Amino acid sequence: MPPRMLPDPTPETRHFWDGCREGELRLQRCSSCSESYFPPRPFCPKCGSRDVETYKASGKAVLWSYVINMRPRPDMGTEPYAIAVVKLDEGPTMMTNIVDCPQTPEALQLDMPLQVSFSKQSDDISLPLFAPAK
Amino acid sequence: MKQKSVAVVGAAETTKMGVIPDLSTIGLHADAALNALADCGLKPSDIDGVATAGISPTELAWYLGIKPTWADGTQVGGCSFMLHVRHAAAAINEGLCNTVLITHGESGKSRVGAGRFGGGGGSSLNGQFEMPYGPAGPPTMFTIPVLRYLKTYGLTEEALAWPAVIQREWAAKNPRSTFKDPISVDDVMNSRMIAWPFRILMCCLVTDGGGALILTSAERAKDFPTKPVYVLGTGESVETPLISQMYDATSSTAFKISGKKAFEEAGIKHADVDHLMVYDAFAHLPLYGLEDLGFCKPGEAADFIKERNTAIGGKLPMNTNGGGLSYMHSGMYGMYALQESVRQMRGVAPAQVPGAKISVCQGVGGMFGAAGTVIFSNEAP
Repeated sequence: MPPRMLPDPTPETRHFWDGCREGELRLQRCSSCSESYFPPRPFCPKCGSRDVETYKASGKAVLWSYVINMRPRPDMGTEPYAIAVVKLDEGPTMMTNIVDCPQTPEALQLDMPLQVSFSKQSDDISLPLFAPAK
Repeated sequence: MKQKSVAVVGAAETTKMGVIPDLSTIGLHADAALNALADCGLKPSDIDGVATAGISPTELAWYLGIKPTWADGTQVGGCSFMLHVRHAAAAINEGLCNTVLITHGESGKSRVGAGRFGGGGGSSLNGQFEMPYGPAGPPTMFTIPVLRYLKTYGLTEEALAWPAVIQREWAAKNPRSTFKDPISVDDVMNSRMIAWPFRILMCCLVTDGGGALILTSAERAKDFPTKPVYVLGTGESVETPLISQMYDATSSTAFKISGKKAFEEAGIKHADVDHLMVYDAFAHLPLYGLEDLGFCKPGEAADFIKERNTAIGGKLPMNTNGGGLSYMHSGMYGMYALQESVRQMRGVAPAQVPGAKISVCQGVGGMFGAAGTVIFSNEAP
């Protein structure tokens, strides 16, 4: 199996990927308008302020929408898998995979509660995946 | 823009459609361009404005021997050509050029002289925040918002079958359609699963082809041998490069902005529209299109299609060439939607809507990344 396609962090996103490696889901929030946003960038996409802070998010989310890919990408193995969008408790949505759960429409119910779970891929990169909340 | 100040005078697709292994990407652009020039009796040297996507306007101009005073390389995916029409209208009105050639060509199936899909690299937004989770092309990305849409409006997966069934009925009337045999909802629901809930018959074709348009001022358009198709209103917008970051999974913000602008420019109401094209890369696009353009209330488009309003004889004929689901889809389908609108306005479409006077043509770019709207009329100003 070819190595999994992994992110190549940039200066603007480094803190996010460092957080994942250290077991923290880091979001950014505007100090002016309080908007939480994702993906990372050094300004608020709602009001344009550069006065933003990074904080540790709860890691809680719900399953927002998904497809189950029946034709696995070679680096993703041989079994069908869900490509999901989750809605974080803090508001933003993000793409991810759902782990510790059968990859079936029956098991994957929209709005089911989820918790982040970091999956180590290399010394630098851990991916933020989500599992059903216990 | 000023209503009916600019018109399409030349329009044509590539000589062949479907599988064209003997032409490269640029060759398809040129074939369509030469056909469009022949359609309105012009030579390449008569063109002083060029616009294209997929290749650069530089390549297009040089390849055809055109020395333009205006060029537009706007590239926002499959609706780029809708934006080109809009930009060309503004340029002609401003006197930047007189006669614009817009081309598309894509070796989507045969891949002759074609690039690879998704070349953003690991440091792009897409490379960092979507590709690590296993998307394998548009069928596994463009489709992601749909379960949320279905749940929000209490719909079943069957909502995605009706656009395919009805459009196949239109395709059966089109000799150039790739697929013409009738299909039922059961056929669609039982076809091969690609990315649940999407079956293969809910996904567009993969073909080769191209098309070109020639626009000039409405004043000059009267001197051409073809029936002028006037640009009545236009709109455009862009939204997000990441499907996971749509502002609302149940609706395209770009469609709403683009459509509203075009209707305002055109000064028309929905009831005035005789013919509609909605770029259908996948079966949910007509649903989002009908709702975001305001033809249906949110959640009601599937029933609207099921009740045959967009079918032959319906009050709002839609995707009358068969669409990306049955006619053709080379990758950037917007050009073919425009071609069908022009044919309908000229009165020469294979499945002609009798007496159609106003056609709305809605394009999407990327995966809900961009939108372009062009409203045409065949009535002289």
